[in-house]
Amino acid sequence: MTDKERILEVRDLVKHFPLTQGIVVKRQIGAIKAVDGVSFDLHKGETLGIVGESGCGKSTLAKVLMALERPTSGSVRISGRDIAKAKGAELKHMRRNIQMVMQDPYTSLNPRMTVGDIVGEPYEIHTEVAPRGDRRRRVQELLEVVGLNPDHINRYPHQFSGGQRQRIGIARGLALQPEIIVCDEPVSALDVSIQAQVINLLERLQDEFNLAYIFIAHDLSVVRHISDRVGVMYLGKFVELGKDVEIYDRPAHPYTQALLSAVPVPDPEGREQRERIILQGDPPSPANPPSGCRFRTRCWKAQEICAQEEPLLQIRTGTGHESACHFAETHDVVHVG
Amino acid sequence: MSNPTPSVGPGLPETQSLATDTVTAPAPPQPGKKAKDAKPASLWSDAWYDLRRRPMFIMSVIIILILLVMSAFPWLFTSIDPFDARSCDLSTARQAPSAGHIFGKDNLGCDVYAKVIYGARNSIIIGVFTTLVTTFIGSLLGMIAGFRSGVVDAVSSRFTEIFFAIPPILGALLIGATFRGRINSIILVIAALGVLGWPMTFRIMRAAVITAKNQDFVLAARALGAGAGRIMLRHLLPNSLAPVIVVATINLGGYIAAEAALSFLSVGVQSPDISWGLMIADARTRFLEAPLPLFFPAAFLSVTVLAFIMMGDAVRDALDPKLR
Repeated sequence: MTDKERILEVRDLVKHFPLTQGIVVKRQIGAIKAVDGVSFDLHKGETLGIVGESGCGKSTLAKVLMALERPTSGSVRISGRDIAKAKGAELKHMRRNIQMVMQDPYTSLNPRMTVGDIVGEPYEIHTEVAPRGDRRRRVQELLEVVGLNPDHINRYPHQFSGGQRQRIGIARGLALQPEIIVCDEPVSALDVSIQAQVINLLERLQDEFNLAYIFIAHDLSVVRHISDRVGVMYLGKFVELGKDVEIYDRPAHPYTQALLSAVPVPDPEGREQRERIILQGDPPSPANPPSGCRFRTRCWKAQEICAQEEPLLQIRTGTGHESACHFAETHDVVHVG
Repeated sequence: MSNPTPSVGPGLPETQSLATDTVTAPAPPQPGKKAKDAKPASLWSDAWYDLRRRPMFIMSVIIILILLVMSAFPWLFTSIDPFDARSCDLSTARQAPSAGHIFGKDNLGCDVYAKVIYGARNSIIIGVFTTLVTTFIGSLLGMIAGFRSGVVDAVSSRFTEIFFAIPPILGALLIGATFRGRINSIILVIAALGVLGWPMTFRIMRAAVITAKNQDFVLAARALGAGAGRIMLRHLLPNSLAPVIVVATINLGGYIAAEAALSFLSVGVQSPDISWGLMIADARTRFLEAPLPLFFPAAFLSVTVLAFIMMGDAVRDALDPKLR
């Protein structure tokens, strides 16, 4: 993948939400460190999966990438230009290159607009993309591309099922022909049988339009299926980043190992043999993360150094990919026996 | 044991052309209701489907339609022109109802029926225009306050609360008494009620916009690069209009009642203009000898206010998905 063109470059991205006290004069008493120093690259046509438990900052990361939230610091460069600092017409133009598929297909479509209006809205906002007379035809093409009947252009969202609605959301994301699509848990609201259809659609579209995906999910098997590379997030930071086989077969970080050990194994024989790592306690509050390594409060390997020195995300001896643990060592959790 | 419904038609009074209209008006929805539409529709058409089957709604709409015709073409209902001084005859003051004057005559010997008919116009004009003014101002400011939030919201909300603190009738009395005679009395009533009425719409619109703007589809529109104007007009307005429409309909009745109250207190519509409130005020002095000149405008007023409130109630039920 590295030989391909790099289209998204995220460096030291930080998003803190201030916690304020007082009614008239608000003073800041702290901050929720939702995203706290995230760096990664995305290449053309590649899928980067991002996994992590609830509240680890996955969705905030997506919003910052989409320039829906301003980052506290750091940069998000799309083809060299920083979307986090862009304003007005430049920002609007850059949005053509990065689009989003949202989690909940029931709230992400305006119930008062027809499918044609929803999918055609990108063309009304970016009038330069398609001439007025051409829009309806383009919308129908998009509906066909995502596997919907183009004759349903005048229907309303509630006349469709969840999976069909998610296809409408995908069609809207495709309308401006972006290079990057951020999928924020695009299938977690759908039935399992529909999940597979939508995932397959996303994969087909990737081949067809050479799209790059940032695929955020908490379902590890879905992420493995679609991703080329996977990043594991814990409390606003990446703890491990590597190719999907590296992460799933040779996880180096204890948190990744614990996550993987929780994945259901469909084989009853393997289930008996595999290792179960059960983490103690809850994730610490992102307003007051532990010193040094953020995972040390729940880690069975924690030593003195973990509290004093923060492990950086880097390639460590004995592992072929980046991980953020002083005691990183590959350990096959799932493939026991 | 055949269906008794067909016999209802001939049983109704046929004295006026309008009476037959009212019989035919509810008829079309009946067959439409049976032909159940296969396609599920939007909130508005669902609500319309629901409304057509509510007897309370049909009844209030019929009353309102009659009132609208009455205020647009009062001469269809009476041949007497109450603005013509010759139609009044002091010697027949407080005359009891008779064939020529079915509601009797008032203190000045004018025909009560003709005055009641002609009085509908001012009530409707004031009710409708006050509603339009308050809905427009309240929605506009509420939309901006809810969308912008922060300082804009805080300042406009506190400003609104100042108006909430003024007792409506007292405030309108004050405005009416101050500007009486300098401005057309009907415009004055609309302005006085409008100034005091918009905060209610403001609050409802603001709350609805705040709910709507946190929905994902607004986020999706922002991600597409939609500007504030597009988000407000295309996404927020259609999704927050329903409660505003309901309140506007219910308030319309309230404004008609308020107009009558102001006219009764002599700061509303001024003579020689005709208003139900004014008629009630005039008839009040001799109420014990002749109660009818007071009774008829009061009855028309009550029925009108009730019709609008009933319609608003039905619209609210139809638009509220939780009640389905």
